[in-house]
Formats: sequence, structure tokens, C-alpha cells
Amino acid sequence: MSNRRIVPIGPYHPLQEEPEFFKLIVEGETVVDLEINLGYNHRGHEFVSPELTYDQIPFLVERICGICSNSHPLACVLAVEDCAGVKPPPRADYIRSTVHELERIHSHLLWVGLAGHFIGYNTVWMWAWRYREHILELFEMITGNRNHYAMNKPGGVRRDIKAEQIPQILAVMDVVDKKVMMLTKAVLDDPVIRSRLEGVGVLTREQAIAYSVTGPTARPSGVDIDVRRDDPHCAYDRVPWNVIVLNEGDVLAKAKARLLEIFESTRIIRACLKDLPEGPIESRIDEVPPGEGIGRTEAPRGEVFHYIRSDGTNRPLRHKVRAPSFMNIASNVVAVKGGSIADAALTLAAVDPCYCCTERMAAFEDGKLKLTGKDLLRLSWAKTERIRERL
Amino acid sequence: MTLSGWQLAFAFVVFPGVIFTAGVGLLLTWVDRFVSARVQWRKGPPVYQPFADMLKLLLKQTVVPAGASKVTFLIAPLIGFTAMCITAVLLFYVNFFPSDSFVGDLIVLVYLFALPPLATIIGASASRNPLSAVGASREMVLYLGYELPFLLALSVPIILTGGKIRLGDLVMFQQAGGPFLASWAGAIAAVIVLICIQAKLGYPPFDMAEAEQEIMSGVLIEYSGAPLAVFRLTKAMMLLLLPCFLVTVFWGGLASWWAILKVIAVVVLVILIKNTNPRFKIDHALRFFWFILGALGIVAVILAFAHL
Repeated sequence: MSNRRIVPIGPYHPLQEEPEFFKLIVEGETVVDLEINLGYNHRGHEFVSPELTYDQIPFLVERICGICSNSHPLACVLAVEDCAGVKPPPRADYIRSTVHELERIHSHLLWVGLAGHFIGYNTVWMWAWRYREHILELFEMITGNRNHYAMNKPGGVRRDIKAEQIPQILAVMDVVDKKVMMLTKAVLDDPVIRSRLEGVGVLTREQAIAYSVTGPTARPSGVDIDVRRDDPHCAYDRVPWNVIVLNEGDVLAKAKARLLEIFESTRIIRACLKDLPEGPIESRIDEVPPGEGIGRTEAPRGEVFHYIRSDGTNRPLRHKVRAPSFMNIASNVVAVKGGSIADAALTLAAVDPCYCCTERMAAFEDGKLKLTGKDLLRLSWAKTERIRERL
Repeated sequence: MTLSGWQLAFAFVVFPGVIFTAGVGLLLTWVDRFVSARVQWRKGPPVYQPFADMLKLLLKQTVVPAGASKVTFLIAPLIGFTAMCITAVLLFYVNFFPSDSFVGDLIVLVYLFALPPLATIIGASASRNPLSAVGASREMVLYLGYELPFLLALSVPIILTGGKIRLGDLVMFQQAGGPFLASWAGAIAAVIVLICIQAKLGYPPFDMAEAEQEIMSGVLIEYSGAPLAVFRLTKAMMLLLLPCFLVTVFWGGLASWWAILKVIAVVVLVILIKNTNPRFKIDHALRFFWFILGALGIVAVILAFAHL
């Protein structure tokens, strides 16, 4: 009948470094449909978390994602603080915001580089990642680690920002502003890049709302949401900054929004460091009473949500995580339709997907759940036994 | 002058045939990687890297995909490779003995340069992979795109010399009266040929047939081991021969020491274009070649008739 073919992107594909499976159903070069197949990773974080104490959990959840490795612990400790009814001291709030925005800069630069790579422009890739290196060096100075910063703990932060570090951070912010401005001009004024990005993978406002997308996937489509403003936490209600909202909804708008957010982030960091209040960096939490707590924060990819239920012991009864990519990836179904394969590759990447954050294991057969959590546990035990026998 | 049997064998196998062209071509791929690395704040590989890569590929297992047409699949890389060997001999022979070439050798060279993309299309179609099918169709569209401006640009020197179609005559004409590059028509034509070289080599912005991020190196996806090495070698030889061709036709020929610098200049230009451009979409590329470069080619031809 028609010459429909399947172009597989995944389960392992050079486009994205994590396992995922997008079945592009194409006619010639035009994508007519998309099937999304996730679930190649089983991480087990929500299972492991109730076996750890509240002090240990931040270290676990920051390993959910190597890039958002401040967002997850931050949302987690916000949930614990919500449950315990403790407020962190103001200095801790400002330090949290600073580190959080540094993470946003490094994540957005990473995305800009990858976007360059996806349109075959490896020079942009290398340059963006080189400028990102400044941020990673800052992280090493402030937190001791380039990734997995381990800054947050329930009640405050683990390390202080020292007075002599502030000028260095501000100097790097100037460098980042200058370089990102150059990158923005070079990238957005290039006619070939514009022709590749403009009008590609459009997600309209209605579609964005229908698919409940978050963060830099929603804001370029004209949806004015940002947890930092809508649910104030840390120092975000005490420093001046703007939410970047654009209306086009295409990949160019997504790129613009991320680049503009970098400037907002440097602005927040400057304001935070200028008004950094004196005082302790943590409040004491004596006990977490029975009850539940919610932590939301704006990760670089959108809203990350953590839920904690406590039974009064030093471990949670249940810990639920929802990462932003979980909402964003599904919107690809409408965004890629009608474009070419070249557009599709770019559109899939434009939501800045993070599969390791998102993956939940669920095996269905004939519409019925095949494996429950208990079955997985049994499989895991059986495997451990097999390994033990071989030892 | 005519070559004896042994001289002919030497010409085909050692200089300027397989060994010389392949060796220098691989060296130029190192230049490519090195310059690209420096543009991208990287260090770049050591000089022997392309040779080591080639050796590694030759020692690897060759896998023929199930259901592929075995003979076609394995013969395809050899077509392009053989074409480039013959091209090398013709091109250098014409440059060193310009009075001794045959009528229409320019046309023969144009056809020989068309063979490597044809070989990739044949090989990709024989490999029975949906991604390489997409790659093959892109390669075909690209080929249809760049061949028009390429031929228009090559007709410029023929018009400027008053209808001489022998490459040897073009070289001698330039030795007597200066390179075509000095005239407006010649300069425009040379720019067009430079961009077509980019497309023939499959370098960005025209690497959509191999686009690794979209179709996982498309046309070459099923190739491994020695056949892949032959494809790579063909590309490396083209990286030497196409700039040599440009210098021969537009920039005064290869028979002087300056020619080495000229060829390197063209290669570096190609590499810089490669590193400062994103990949076109295939429909954009076709429009670009037909409507922009095609129009430019017609302008060059008109200027050539006016002897500007």
C-alpha cells in the first residue's frame, strides 16, 4: 500500500547516550507516527530509599541523575523539611539557590552543546562544553566535586561558601555571560542553523498543556510555569529574576529559552552572593514526625517532585520521585509528526530528555501488568543466589 | 611520450597510483582530524592514527548482513576505489605531460569522480538495511544536486580557452596566460567547485548521507572490516584528488612546488568549512545546489562568454 517503514532510534543509538527506543514510522523521509518505548533501565531508587536514613537519602537521590544532581537532593530535603516542619536558616537558602543555578547553567550549556552535535555542528558542541568546564571547576571549588555535589542535607547545606570564594564565582559569572552571549549571537544569527531550527518540532500551547510538559519544554510554548516562582523555596522569592516565556514552541524557541535562562541564572547567583546573609548554614532536625512531605523544585529540565511519607522513625515509609523528563518525553509524539527524519532527531533531543531520571520498570503483556514490584524482587533474589552459587 | 609496460605498472601501483595517493590521502585525513581538533579546543590524534585505523579495520572480521546481495555488497567498495586509482594516474600524468593527454579527459575525470558516490549507493542498497536505504536515497538526491553546478562550473575554463576540452590544454593555457582563478568567471566557478568538493567528500554541511546522529552513518552502517577500510581509503584518496583537480583546472596545474601549498590550502579551506557549518537538511541542500549554486554557475558561464 504505502511505503511505510520503521526507522528505529534506539535501544542503543548514537543520538542519545542512554537506552531508549523511538520507533519512527516514516514514509520516505517524512515521519508520520512515533512509538515511544522506555523502560530499559531499572534503577530501584524508590525501593532502596526506605532502607536508608534521612541523612543518607540525599546521597542516594543525587545519583538518580548525573546532570540534575542538585535538583533531586534539593527536592528530597525540601520534602523531609516539609514533613518535619523545619525551615533552613536564610544563609542555607541562599547557598542552595546559588548551587542550584550553577547547575542550571552547566546543564543548559550541556544541552546547547548536544544540540549542536545533533545538527552535525561539532564545533558548537566542543565550544559549549568548554565554557561549561568553568562551571564544573567552580563546583569543584565550592563543593569539592565536579559532579554529585553533596551540598544538601535535611535542614540546610553541608558546606559554606567562604568569603574569599565569592570574587572567584563572580569572575566566572562574567566569563560565562560573555561567552554565552557570543555563543548566542553565533548560533542564532547563523542562517543555516536558523533554517534547521525554525518551525521544527512545534509544540503548541494547547498541546503543551494537554501533555502537561514542564520547564524549558513548556515555557517556549507560551506556558508560564516555573516552580521557583510559583512555589517559592530557597532564596528565589528574595532575589530579582524573570521567568523566560516564549511563544513559538519550536526548537529555536527552546534553544533561545535555555540560552536566556543562563543569563537569568547568572543574575540570580550575583544577587544571592551580594545579599548572602550571615548565620548558621543548617537547622537541627531532632525527629521527623509521622506524616507526609512534598518537595518541588525547578530542575534544569522542569519540575522535579519528591514525596516522603514518614512513620516517625529515622527512615521514610515511602519515597516517590517524579522527574521532569517523564512528562516531557511523551510530548514528542505530537512534536515530531510531519517533520523529516533529520527534524525528528533534533526534536527528540530538544526536550533535553534524561532517561535515567525517568525510567520506571513496568512489563505489560496483553494489557496486563506482567511483573509487579514483588516479582522483580524475587527475580533479583534469585539472581543473587545464582551469583552466590558460582562464587 | 608513451610509457612502457613496467612504467605503466609503476604508475598505477606506486606513483601516482594506489600507494602514493592512499598514503598522502591518509596523511591528509590526519590533517583534517588535527585541524578539526584544534578548531574545537581539542588536542588531536598523532600522525600515524589514520594508518593505525586502516590497519585495524583490515584485520577486523567482515560481516555480510543476512539477506544482503553478497557479491554486490562486497564489490561496491572496490568500484569507487578503482575509479580513484585511475583518476590519480590520469590527473598526475596530465599535469606532468600536458601535451600528451587525450581529447575529452576532463569528461572522463568527471565521470570517474561520480563513481565513488555511485558505489556507496550500490553498496548501501545491497545491504538491506532501512537506515542505509535512507542514506542511499539522500546520497542520490545530493548527487543529483551537486552535479549540475559542478558541470556548469567546469564548463567555464572550457569556454575561456575557446572550446578546448583536453585537460592538458587547460594546463598549458594557464601556464602561458595565468590561472583561471584570476578572472571573475574562473573565481566564481572555483568557489562552486570547492563547495561541490565538500559535498562529494560527504563533509558537513553535506554529510546527511552518513548523518550519524540521525541514521547512524547511514550508507556505511552495515559495512565492517576490509570493505569499510576500502570505503575509508577511497574517501581519503578523494581528499587528495579533488583539491588536486581544483588546482589543476583553476589554479595553474600541479607541475610546480607551489602546487603542494596550493593543494594544502584548498584542503584546509575544506576542513574549515566542515567545522563551521551544521548539517543541511537534504531538501535544503538540493534547493541550495540547484537554485543558488546553479544560478551562480550560470552567471559564471555568462561572464566566461564575455571573457571577464
